[in-house]
Amino acid sequence: MVRFLLSRLAQSVFILIGVTMITFALAFLVPADPVRMIAGRNATPTVVENIRHQLGLDRPIPVQYASYLTRLAQGDLGRSYMQRTDVSTLIASRLPATLLLMAGAIFFELLIGLSAGIWAATRRGRFSDKAVMVASFVGVSAPHFLLGLLLLYVFANLLGLFPLGGYGTWRHLVLPALTLGIAGGGWYGRVMRSSMVDVLRQDYIRTARAKGLKERKVVLVHALRNAILPIVAMIGLDIGIFMSGAVVVESVYGWPGIGQLAWQAIQVIDIPIIMGVTLTAAVAIVIGNLVADLVTPFIDPRVRL
Amino acid sequence: MSDASRKFLRNRLALAGTLVILLIVAGGLGAPWLAPFDPHEQFFDGLTLEGAPLPPNEKFWMGTDLLGRDLFSRLLYGARTSLIIGVVANGAAVAIGTILGLVAGYVRGWVGAAIMRFTDLMMAFPALLLAIALAAIFSPSLWIVALVIALVNWVQIARVIYTQTTSLATREYVEATRALGANWPRLLFVHVLPHLLPTILVWSTLGIATTVLLEATLSFLGIGVRPPTPSWGGIIFESQSYFLDAPWLVFFPGVAVLLMALSFNLVGDALRDALDPTQRGR
Repeated sequence: MVRFLLSRLAQSVFILIGVTMITFALAFLVPADPVRMIAGRNATPTVVENIRHQLGLDRPIPVQYASYLTRLAQGDLGRSYMQRTDVSTLIASRLPATLLLMAGAIFFELLIGLSAGIWAATRRGRFSDKAVMVASFVGVSAPHFLLGLLLLYVFANLLGLFPLGGYGTWRHLVLPALTLGIAGGGWYGRVMRSSMVDVLRQDYIRTARAKGLKERKVVLVHALRNAILPIVAMIGLDIGIFMSGAVVVESVYGWPGIGQLAWQAIQVIDIPIIMGVTLTAAVAIVIGNLVADLVTPFIDPRVRL
Repeated sequence: MSDASRKFLRNRLALAGTLVILLIVAGGLGAPWLAPFDPHEQFFDGLTLEGAPLPPNEKFWMGTDLLGRDLFSRLLYGARTSLIIGVVANGAAVAIGTILGLVAGYVRGWVGAAIMRFTDLMMAFPALLLAIALAAIFSPSLWIVALVIALVNWVQIARVIYTQTTSLATREYVEATRALGANWPRLLFVHVLPHLLPTILVWSTLGIATTVLLEATLSFLGIGVRPPTPSWGGIIFESQSYFLDAPWLVFFPGVAVLLMALSFNLVGDALRDALDPTQRGR
């Protein structure tokens, strides 16, 4: 157990170091010179050289990478070209909104995915099973921006049930979280269905039925406990999909999270912000995978580390 | 194989998906003949007197966009963009993933380990954000977008191919071929690769759905294929601010993206069911 934990932690650290190497390398691919972007078009060569020196961009690349790592370790993600603020401050101020959105999305994802999956599994082969599976495919195949704009149009514009965007009350959260939740719910529904179908075939379920338990109790209590295990691992993996989806959904709904921050940065090609958000998302994904791996043995005693 | 094709043909959803794909391909290839108008022409009667786009009507079947261009014609030409990206970007991703997966799965040792640790690393990046970073760095053209998507999407295939290659590599026939003196590239590409073709086929089909969605999303964010080239995501990006008044500008291209991704997902899933023996009886 301890050995597994340590090797898994070491693996995560290596991945994070690799991630920083890639983000660092990406910053070098930028054809637009960051110094020029800060200095403006009419700057004299001396000013340009001064800024270059100030930013440390005239030092050798390994030295720059080392200082980049040192700064990252201190929580310094660099400064935004346009907003003249620390990227880490910007991300820290935006992160709570994104985490709230994710929590809401996980809620809808589980609600949609579990109920659809269980419903389809107990009606296997019938029309309603097939209908649910087609619906889950539609959910998976729908681009986030289409779902977001459609929900916005129907529930906010036509019916006026929810605000057209923004942040503040639970009403603002429903539509963006639902948008992210529908796509994830499609995946969950498919996994839940096949997992439930497998579990319902097992002997202990036959025993439960044979001793006269109501079908409802057999499915929702006895079978669900085992069938839900693959879903738990998926929640950890979902963070990556959410981080990508958040960029689209937050821009559609004007949700002030790090996705919107990235989207605003794209429009002005503010590389430090894009890199900062990418790095934050990568860290979140690594942690999510780690947690998923570590939690599984606690909920499923059959998994031995 | 005949068993597999019979199984595929019995799947009505997959057949519907195939039909939609054929229609989209026909629409994209035949765009110059099928489109009622030039996709770039800004019609004088394509806007209201106040300068607003027209909803669907007899002349413009799907309405017009903010510049008074025919939306239906633009969608037909936009299908080309999606198809080109789907085929090129996904083809490149499949090629990269297959080669890396094959080599890592067969060579093992530090080369294999290095390749697989690199794929682990790529898995840690959120695909869209990495694509955004890359697309923001290189100014996006059709080919750059395809390249960016290929660089992001090869990971999944590499992992699947790696797993299958490691098990194939222990088979006796591989050992026998090696004993006969075949060098490893020949062994891999002539003797191992054919066994992986069903897997590659399934993942290529599913990959096109991912690719189409990613391209549309990049275009929607304003960093995809550049205007004036019509692309489905791009049409929505251009008209986003106006969409409460002109929802058809979002609805039609959005549904086109959805249908295309859905069709490839349905076909890919049916292929997996038909070709993968472990999925029988589900």
